Amino acid sequence: MSSGKMAIVGDGDYIMVFKAVGVSAFPAENETKARDTIRKIARDYQIIFLTEELARPLAEFLKRFDEQPYPLILSVPSKNGSTGHGTELLRNAMERALGVDILFNS
Amino acid sequence: MTRLNVNPTRMELKKLKARLNTATRGHKLLKDKSDEMVRRFSSLIRENKRLRDEVERELSETLRKFSIARSVTPAYRAETAFSMPSEAIKAECETVSVMGVVVPKVKLINEKRSGGLPYAYSEITSEADSSVFKAAALLPKMVELAETEKTVRMLADEIERNKRRVNALEYVMIPQLEETIKYIKSKLDENERAAVIRLMKVKNKA
Repeated sequence: MSSGKMAIVGDGDYIMVFKAVGVSAFPAENETKARDTIRKIARDYQIIFLTEELARPLAEFLKRFDEQPYPLILSVPSKNGSTGHGTELLRNAMERALGVDILFNS
Repeated sequence: MTRLNVNPTRMELKKLKARLNTATRGHKLLKDKSDEMVRRFSSLIRENKRLRDEVERELSETLRKFSIARSVTPAYRAETAFSMPSEAIKAECETVSVMGVVVPKVKLINEKRSGGLPYAYSEITSEADSSVFKAAALLPKMVELAETEKTVRMLADEIERNKRRVNALEYVMIPQLEETIKYIKSKLDENERAAVIRLMKVKNKA
């Protein structure tokens, strides 16, 4: 169907590594900047990676993208390692759908 | 359970019976749909967890390495070196329907561009090279994760909505209809008995 473009939004220069593999990189120091950036690029990019430090405060804002299939917005760990935000989102979805925790309780 | 506000007539009884029939059938269908969605959801979420663990581990390592490599390179050099993509990984974005939920489906098309890195080896440290390769290797996995995670989230929403529908039918709609039908039936029977008795009385007097 339509070809998708990929972008990464992160809080530092280190996201530039993805520029070398064909992903547009948008640096954003804080969550306000990240929100503006995402709002701007959400139409043009189908897959957007967002570092966890920025994704966490924007969780409410990002929820609105769950309604349509695109764009995909994925929170990824930054160079400081995972903060568990992604797992948390996963657990949230699971508890909402199933009512029980089938993955993390063991 | 409250009963519906309708006149106890045969017409209404017939209508309500049809409605009850539809409601029961709908309830059964929705319940089946819910079961199937939950089944898919649980396998998807396992997959998602596995992918996420993998991606998180590898990605943060790659980024950390690159960050170090980047700090020993002058900014303008790094900027020019990494601006030119060595590999264009194209994504084809489509949608598929999973149990009536339209979810994204991404296909990756890897177009290698002349192989190797897009800059001279002398400019950039080898740590940066290896992290670029790693990032390229990791990207398909990240896209897959993005796709599954979105699917999981959309499916979770749909399951929740569906559950509400099933419950509304099971605990409100169907009992209400049953109660009303019972009420109308007893009312009609009562009327019939009254009519019979009236006839008997009239006959006795004559």
